[in-house]
Amino acid sequence: MRVTIPSPLLSYTSRREVVAEGSCLAAVLQDLDRQFPGIRFRMIDEHDDIRTHMRFFIGSNELRSLQTPLDAGQTLHIVQALSGG
Amino acid sequence: MAKRVSLLVATRKGAFILKSDPARRSWKISAPIMLGHIAHHLVQDPRDPKLILFSARTGHLGPTIYRSLDKGRSWKEASSPPAFPKAVAEGAKKHVLDHSFWLTPGHASEPGVWYAGSSPQGLFRSEDGGNTWQPVSGLNDHPEYSQWMGAQENGTPDGPKLHSVIVDPRDRNHLYVAMSSGGVHESLDRGVTWRPLVKGMAVVEGFPVEQLYVHDPHCVRLCPSNPDRLYQQNHCGIYRLDRPGEEWTRIGNHMPKKIGDVGFPMVVHPRDDKVCWVFPMDGGTVWPRTAIDGKPAAYATRDAGKTWQRQDQGMPKKDAWWTVKRQAMCGDARDPVGLYAGTTSGEIWSSRNEGRSWQCIARHLPEIYALETAEL
Repeated sequence: MRVTIPSPLLSYTSRREVVAEGSCLAAVLQDLDRQFPGIRFRMIDEHDDIRTHMRFFIGSNELRSLQTPLDAGQTLHIVQALSGG
Repeated sequence: MAKRVSLLVATRKGAFILKSDPARRSWKISAPIMLGHIAHHLVQDPRDPKLILFSARTGHLGPTIYRSLDKGRSWKEASSPPAFPKAVAEGAKKHVLDHSFWLTPGHASEPGVWYAGSSPQGLFRSEDGGNTWQPVSGLNDHPEYSQWMGAQENGTPDGPKLHSVIVDPRDRNHLYVAMSSGGVHESLDRGVTWRPLVKGMAVVEGFPVEQLYVHDPHCVRLCPSNPDRLYQQNHCGIYRLDRPGEEWTRIGNHMPKKIGDVGFPMVVHPRDDKVCWVFPMDGGTVWPRTAIDGKPAAYATRDAGKTWQRQDQGMPKKDAWWTVKRQAMCGDARDPVGLYAGTTSGEIWSSRNEGRSWQCIARHLPEIYALETAEL
């Protein structure tokens, strides 16, 4: 599936859009980490919880569980809410 | 010819490297490194000087460690940065690593070994030059962890932290760590077992001194010239401990009363165990944590804490409301010792004469979190 990457993670992928495989969000993130080592831990903590300010969307639907099923034809949008100074 | 000194500067918005001329009079600063990352600590490996570790996070991305294998020219992320183990038991306490706060190279006989202290309090160890890290279970899973460290929300304003990881230069199995909150602890078996070392340390008035989670050492240093001597800047005073003694002596009682003995950093002389430096801050009323009366000054003792001398020549005489954080003051190994203090307002002050006079060698940087000397 297509995955769009937010600017804070471009140091890993060097491009805005990449392709990753997996039948659920957890699997897609695992495949991203295989391709771009280290990227998963910047988004997901050691207990498999999504870090504060990290968001995952399919269209306008936010994915709140790593077990959410995904379809290869969809586009996963990784979004980072930025705040602070 | 005297060696040039370099400074590894960790700031709230990235890292910088300053390099001196041989006289330590003029300094050149690098471009920002990892601009926008929160840099907590950069440390050169004394056993392999090409290697520098850099603990970082950003405001919203998880924590990591960057490594340079070429003295800071290029950086690569660690393959497996510090992280607490995944909680498996139902209802088990989940410790989530916010950042690695403190980096310490291991013993000279153990090339590749490093320790990292984290926020919240945790100790991690690497055996491959900081590329992969494992939790030190003897501390992180200690049955009294909660009693020692307290609740995370009770920690310091920017997160409770484990710091001042010290390896005894005579014995690689002998470790000290300090925690805000949690006190000072010692291990004689390379981190398998630990015991508190807090006797003599004061706590904030009204709190029970026997509870470890109310103890707040800010910075502990071991004297390289006498590894049996430790100095400590605490939330509640300045202390010295001479091993095998077990009780800290409050040498801050000899500071001028109007200055007091509150501060963050502690710097020890590389060759004289009677000499150390502190940088007092305002711990009155609501704890402004600024230079006292807006007049910054270091204080030095040359007799192991019996007397203290104010060292402010060259520093602002008024209206300077910054302070120096616990990792942001350090010394070099030259004779006379060079001292360096990085401020919360982004300045670096240097002394070429053990604190007798100071010069500002960098300004307009982001808030400075840590300074370490290096040979680059």
